[in-house]
Amino acid sequence: MPSWDLVADIQLLLQFHFMQNAFVAGTLVALLAGAAGYFVVLRGQSFGAHMLSQVGFPGAAAGVLLHVSPVLGLIVFCLAAALGIGWAGRNVDAGHRSESAAIGSILAFSLGLGLLFFRLYAGSAAGIYSFLFGTILGISDRDVELTLAVATVSLGALVVIGRPLVFATVDPDVAEARGVNVWLLSIAFLVILALAVAITVQIVGTLLIFALLVAPGASALQLTARPGRALGLSIALSLAFTWLGLALAYFTDLPVGFFITSLAFATYVAVRGLKAAATIRSGGLRFVPA
Amino acid sequence: MQQMLALDFMRNAFVTGGCIALAAGLVGYFVVLRNQVFTADALGHVAFTGSLGGLLAGLNLLVGVFGSCIAVALAIGTLGGRGRGRDVAIGTVFAWVLGVGVLFLSLYITARSAATGSLGVSVLFGSILGLQPYQVVVGSITGLATCAVTLLVARPLLFLSVDPDVAVARGVPIRALTALFLVLLAITVAESVQAVGALLIFGLMVTPAATAQNLSARPWLGMVLSALIALAVVWAGLVLSFYVAYPTSFFITSLAFAAYLASLAGRQIVRRFA
Repeated sequence: MPSWDLVADIQLLLQFHFMQNAFVAGTLVALLAGAAGYFVVLRGQSFGAHMLSQVGFPGAAAGVLLHVSPVLGLIVFCLAAALGIGWAGRNVDAGHRSESAAIGSILAFSLGLGLLFFRLYAGSAAGIYSFLFGTILGISDRDVELTLAVATVSLGALVVIGRPLVFATVDPDVAEARGVNVWLLSIAFLVILALAVAITVQIVGTLLIFALLVAPGASALQLTARPGRALGLSIALSLAFTWLGLALAYFTDLPVGFFITSLAFATYVAVRGLKAAATIRSGGLRFVPA
Repeated sequence: MQQMLALDFMRNAFVTGGCIALAAGLVGYFVVLRNQVFTADALGHVAFTGSLGGLLAGLNLLVGVFGSCIAVALAIGTLGGRGRGRDVAIGTVFAWVLGVGVLFLSLYITARSAATGSLGVSVLFGSILGLQPYQVVVGSITGLATCAVTLLVARPLLFLSVDPDVAVARGVPIRALTALFLVLLAITVAESVQAVGALLIFGLMVTPAATAQNLSARPWLGMVLSALIALAVVWAGLVLSFYVAYPTSFFITSLAFAAYLASLAGRQIVRRFA
């Protein structure tokens, strides 16, 4: 139980090795997810993130089945899916009829495949839950090392391509004319997104990926349009959700996924509400439709 | 075959699964036609949380599933949203809904014995081989009733889905029909959750319909094909899972996906040679 003395509570929180691992991995995940999430929302690829995470589910199960790290399985499957999307050559868009049907079919198949892999492993129900909804337990030292490597490489890559990526997203035609390789950039971002999804699944699971990879960026972009500030805000929110979520899950013994999604949802609603109130008070647009 | 049908739970699965498959195929045809795939997805998430919430409140599993799905479908209808997957707001809301479902699951497991630990898995991935007698009755009757109602309103619904403006001009009651369709969709999702699970409803509601639309552009033929494909994959999945001890839902989604790929390939070949 928390004593409401911050220092003592943090000591209590970090006394076990699994919580140390969860916090280290969670921090790395939040940094990458917050940064990548800003671009996800800016580029309108939130559905792509959703899709990548579900395709990653059988990957995690395969990793467990083959006795390699589940993170490795996630990385392989997510990368393959990202390259598949890139090869198909367009933004995955839920708006189009035949495309959404095709994507729905692929998602059902990949989740079914994941179920099969878990049954083959004869794993317990808890094993499936942790990959669907995230966990604070069971992040091994090897997972932390992999997460560190993936997060470092991906964040480094984002630092390098960040500026041209914003340019290419906001105004692709002008960027193209200025000699920016828009196609290559979008493939590179898909790869980074795949890596971000792969490590984020460890904390919030396949099904709740929106909470860390989309909601922080969406809230940040509601508050400011300036790229630098929005990016920083997105990372800060993502870190806050993860740390608070992990701590709450630890002290209450309830699922971490519930806390992180609730924090993300509450923040998003609050931000939308604040923005609507500000718009009305400034006498601008009234009743802006969502 | 005789050996298989001698088993009570297999007979139940064939009858109930068949009725649910027909309903999912028929309603799914309209889901794809009306581009409401993500409404179905959202309702699947709601079904997960609703069923566990119902159990936690001491209600029957079915009450929670049907109640929550219908309520949310009507809310979606009132708000006029179409549940596009791209929309950040909708994604955030439904991630939270699932998060609440996980909370319910963990509360329920702690409140009861550890034996209920697989309950969440059966809601997520279906448990067609473990249907209770009352689920068989309710599932079969609602499945057939959904089919009947869908067929009754199929004509105006097709009209409305293909050309809404002209349909309104001709006096088709757009609001009532849209609301009715959402209720049908909610009931079908709630049924399909029992067959293939909340996460795999696409495999039963979207894949057969998409396959049928690849095979034929004619609406009535497409509807019948969609229902028959759904029925075929459910029954074939049951037979396969009887002989090979893998999860039925895996076979159902895989067979449906294989049929979909075959229909895509077939269409390409026809296009090339026609």
